[in-house]
Amino acid sequence: MTEMCSVNGIGMQDINEKTETADMTAKNTMDKSEQRFGKVLLLAAVFVVVLLLAILATLVAASIPAIKAFGLTFFWGTTWDAAAEKFGALPFLAGTLITSFLATLICIPFSIAISIFLGEYFKEGVFSAFLRSSVEVLAGIPSVIYGLWGLFLLMPIMRAIEMYLGVTPHGVGLLTSALILAIMIIPFSASIGREVITLVPGDLKEAAFSLGATRFEVIRNVIIPYARSGIIAGILLSLGRAIGETMAVTMLIGNSNFIPTGIFDPSNTMASVIANEFAEATGITAASLIYVALVLFLVTTVVNIVGTYVIKKVALEASKEVT
Amino acid sequence: MKDHTTARMIKDKVFRATVILLACFSMLPLLLILYFITRNGIAVINWEFLSQLPRPIGEDGGGVFNAIVGTAILIILSSILSIPFGITTGIYLSEKSDGKIAHIVRLCVVVLQGTPSIVIGIVAYLWVVAPFHSFSAISGGVALSIMMLPVIIKATEETLKLMPYHLKEASLALGVPYHKTILKVILPTGINGILTGILLSLARITGETAPLLFTAFGNQFMNWNLFKPIDSLPYRIFYYAMSPYPEWHAFAWGASFMLVAVVLGFNLIARGVAAKWKVQF
Repeated sequence: MTEMCSVNGIGMQDINEKTETADMTAKNTMDKSEQRFGKVLLLAAVFVVVLLLAILATLVAASIPAIKAFGLTFFWGTTWDAAAEKFGALPFLAGTLITSFLATLICIPFSIAISIFLGEYFKEGVFSAFLRSSVEVLAGIPSVIYGLWGLFLLMPIMRAIEMYLGVTPHGVGLLTSALILAIMIIPFSASIGREVITLVPGDLKEAAFSLGATRFEVIRNVIIPYARSGIIAGILLSLGRAIGETMAVTMLIGNSNFIPTGIFDPSNTMASVIANEFAEATGITAASLIYVALVLFLVTTVVNIVGTYVIKKVALEASKEVT
Repeated sequence: MKDHTTARMIKDKVFRATVILLACFSMLPLLLILYFITRNGIAVINWEFLSQLPRPIGEDGGGVFNAIVGTAILIILSSILSIPFGITTGIYLSEKSDGKIAHIVRLCVVVLQGTPSIVIGIVAYLWVVAPFHSFSAISGGVALSIMMLPVIIKATEETLKLMPYHLKEASLALGVPYHKTILKVILPTGINGILTGILLSLARITGETAPLLFTAFGNQFMNWNLFKPIDSLPYRIFYYAMSPYPEWHAFAWGASFMLVAVVLGFNLIARGVAAKWKVQF
């Protein structure tokens, strides 16, 4: 209730401001519908903020039993045992970290290649249009279909590789999930990379060319340094995606609640353990899973804010340089 | 001297070849996925598949009619919940783009956009499923609408910001009240961008499975009751894919084919809308 009051307080202030600007522009009549319009706009905007706060508050409130019972030991506890009601999230933290970082590593060369391809070598033309729309299609395919495809193509291949290497042939596991994640995040980081590369001012490139630099040298010494922070931010944002990705990973990770010992081991990520267990969970188990969700939410939030902030800064600097 | 230049030229060529090779290589998964979906999907799709309910394992035939209807219901529900709010918030952000509140709202939109779908699923569970003690279509709609919201807000804001200022000035100069200027002049001019945003957000949520796991849940039977669990195409794909039966795997491919067709359809229409109704200034 207090929240609503403060919302109204801000609302009145804001509408007052608006009347002032309205005075300045064209009219100084302020009828009721005008006021109502401003109020509705503000309410909708504030609703988004309230929605986000409510999400956070709900997650915190629902995980309180688990926070009380385990506190911070949750993060280094290695047993996840619903029967004994003992919960530690380290296996899932490890699973999430390994899969998402591995996926990002695999994704980097490909996404940078696509960004350079689309942003520098082939800015226009049939070839670039084809690649660009393929990337868009790739980005649009639902996660569950990646999972299905992974189950029927990637899993047998991985199993064959594992047999060849002489490890237990699960087929599913950390590496399989990392591969599918990499395929899923390539379009995302590639499109951000392309955007920042096209932001590089033309006169910088031309100056380098006029000094006799080859294309490669221009890319290495002008474009990449200029676009570096943007590219890194794009990779960071795709890391955020990989951390939160659920369905494909749930289908390919093998659902095992132990700390993985090798890259081929079945495991669980934070997202996949929720997907696997939450529907049947009650009491402290459910609270622990919501605790995991809370951590997941906070981690992706930080990653996203940092990434978006960096990209905005890069775009801002680029626009300054042009004018 | 000449050797040095040749070496640099070679380096340039090698780099170019590597970039092209890597870029083309990353298209391989897409081709494979589309090939698998079409090959395995088309084989299953026929009238029966589209019009019948799922049958228990062991019985031949059956289809995914309930999942198709369920997905449609979920799309409509989440559109009703999110589109008005999304557009209104977008207008606010474009009108008050430098205000303190606008900055906070924009930050929230970024965070919402990046929130993992599974977390939104849990929240919708806690908000709607837990109080009513039943999985329901409504809860699925709530979860999906939260996912649609940031996309619509962003699209509306970006579109309206591109509107030239003299359009607004002209309208205000004629004595049109501020709110009518926004609603009757600015908004209709930018409708193509907003529609594109809505279609893209629909494409985003149509394939979402994770938020539906504990909300809409899935249902073997036909269901029109919004307060009961409802089936959806992505959930059906997940359910069939994780089952041990080859017949169901085939169905999963069929459903995948339809889902991809719908999602790509939304994307294509969005592009058509963006191109066709583009207003030139």
